[in-house]
Amino acid sequence: MNILVAVKRVVDYNIKVRIKPDGSDVDIDGVKMGINPFDENALEEALRLKEEGIATEVIAVSVGTSASQDVLRHSLAMGADRAILIESNADLQPLAVAKLLKSIVTREQPSLIILGKQAIDDDAGQTGQMLAALLDYPQGTFASALEIEGNEILVTREVDGGTETLTLALPAVITADLRLNEPRFVKLPNLMMARKKPIETINAAEFGVNLDARLKLIQVAEPAVRKAGIKVGSVEELINKLRTHNGILEGV
Amino acid sequence: MKILILAEHDGLQLSPSVRQAVTAAQFWNSPVHVLVAGHNADAVIQQAASIHGVERVIHANAAHLAHPLAEDIANLIVSISEGYEVILAAHSSFSKNALPRVAALLDVAMISDVLEIKAENTYVRSIYAGNVLTTIQSTDAVQLLTVHGSNFAAASLGANNEISSTVIASTEIVGSEIVSTETPAAFKKASWKSEVRSQSDRPALGSAKIVISGGRSLGSAESFEEVLSPLASKLGAALGATRAAVDAGFAPNDIQVGQTGVVVAPELYIAVGVSGAIQHTYGMKDSKIVVAINQDPDAPIFQVADYGLVADLFDVIPALTAAIR
Ligand SMILES: Cc1cc2nc3c(=O)[nH]c(=O)nc-3n(C[C@H](O)[C@H](O)[C@H](O)COP(=O)(O)OP(=O)(O)OC[C@H]3O[C@@H](n4cnc5c(N)ncnc54)[C@H](O)[C@@H]3O)c2cc1C
Repeated sequence: MNILVAVKRVVDYNIKVRIKPDGSDVDIDGVKMGINPFDENALEEALRLKEEGIATEVIAVSVGTSASQDVLRHSLAMGADRAILIESNADLQPLAVAKLLKSIVTREQPSLIILGKQAIDDDAGQTGQMLAALLDYPQGTFASALEIEGNEILVTREVDGGTETLTLALPAVITADLRLNEPRFVKLPNLMMARKKPIETINAAEFGVNLDARLKLIQVAEPAVRKAGIKVGSVEELINKLRTHNGILEGV
Repeated sequence: MKILILAEHDGLQLSPSVRQAVTAAQFWNSPVHVLVAGHNADAVIQQAASIHGVERVIHANAAHLAHPLAEDIANLIVSISEGYEVILAAHSSFSKNALPRVAALLDVAMISDVLEIKAENTYVRSIYAGNVLTTIQSTDAVQLLTVHGSNFAAASLGANNEISSTVIASTEIVGSEIVSTETPAAFKKASWKSEVRSQSDRPALGSAKIVISGGRSLGSAESFEEVLSPLASKLGAALGATRAAVDAGFAPNDIQVGQTGVVVAPELYIAVGVSGAIQHTYGMKDSKIVVAINQDPDAPIFQVADYGLVADLFDVIPALTAAIR
């Protein structure tokens, strides 16, 4: 059984992104980048399934510019067997990415495809579901636990109000929540070794799918920032302050 | 032009966010239809039919929709999508799961968690954990979106709208005025197995007037409960938590506030032993009044707090609880 994991290169989660002075886009020139945190959970889960002897090969795929090689190297260093870069300099939106991933799934025929549940740059959370739809595969999104039983996978999903468990026939698409696992640290020697491993690069145009951006960016802006208020010295002072807001402590 | 709203419900109760979606849908000044997919969810149908601004409620009634899967919801929407130029839902784990599937099947983009509708194809949404607002324009023939419920007022009740039914077989008809079409057959490659619903007597986190959130510093599930519960009960507040607290097992996953959890905007938000990471503040920064209790005077949470108290939460919370009648 092969597992395909999709990984995206995004701005590091600790960075507060700035916008360009003219408001035309965000300014991420020279900003620290890395693997999308949820994708790291996706990869970790695939690697564990391999270590348990359930999976035989883990393939990491990234869609993006040549710079995305770094997240593929990171994936190889974590333990992925192979890495594929679908290269494009275009602004690829979730639907286009899903179409490209479908092409690679058709070629590789994995039994399981795991993605992160959302990317922390556009916060869209759509690619996995779109990929599942295009393949007519079942989907298990926001997964916090997986269990493979023969030709089926049990997926525990984090939903509003609790959790839910689904049974999906393989092949299936899973999107990983952060609680699926704790990703391993990448050891330096592994990173060095990953530098030497090949990355298969395919030009996105070769797949012949429509990659047009459906959403046009008009402008970006900073949200109104909350102003810091005051520090109070005691519980009594806090309660007195709150009482100045009519109704907030209604009846108490 | 018509608008279709995918309604969320639990078989008995329509989610309050449907009324917010109905308000958002009024933007296009076109007939609004609400799709209720379920199994004999008659009570839900009546609730949906009573919302002002809804022209028609479509009831897709089939046994396999009792616990609807994204696959079935998507196939159903696609089967009735003809003539709808806008398909929307309130943003939730239910709609996030199903609507991207619809988007791919219709070959259109989806716009997630819309904060503001600027024009009939132009929207504002946030990216980078709420640090940036983008205005985007959709070039697709069908607009497919989820809306950020709390940014839209709830549509009022008391209307008496038409109900139509979509049935699995033409014999299984419910309701009076019926437009019957077939619900697509159940998707065979997935099935619902079980669920665990968090039990709580407290108000729902998403709509509570007061929210008290605890962080990792609470130390254990027992202490999370012991320290925060009495205050929550006195204030009639909902409990929230940081990811660190949830990951540590102190609190259930569905009360995580933040970028990857629930977004709340109560009248009063009390952050207890919460550092204030951007992923957390994303989920609470639209609260009216924010109180932060943290022993570190430099904790970033104070930058978004109206009232900050630098102190040990294990002293402050019992004292606060006692001081409130
Ligand atoms: C991709 C991604 C998504 C994430 N999504 C979310 C999300 O949705 N929601 C979320 O909350 N986080 C999220 N996080 C995690 C986030 O970055 C922070 O790690 C988390 O919010 C920190 O939780 P915390 O405040 O409980 O813990 P800490 O950061 O450890 O802070 C504990 C705080 O408690 C204070 N403290 C300790 N003891 C006491 C005491 N006795 N009295 C008073 N104060 C005390 C400390 O001064 C400190 O400020 C996400 C992270 C990533 C990478």
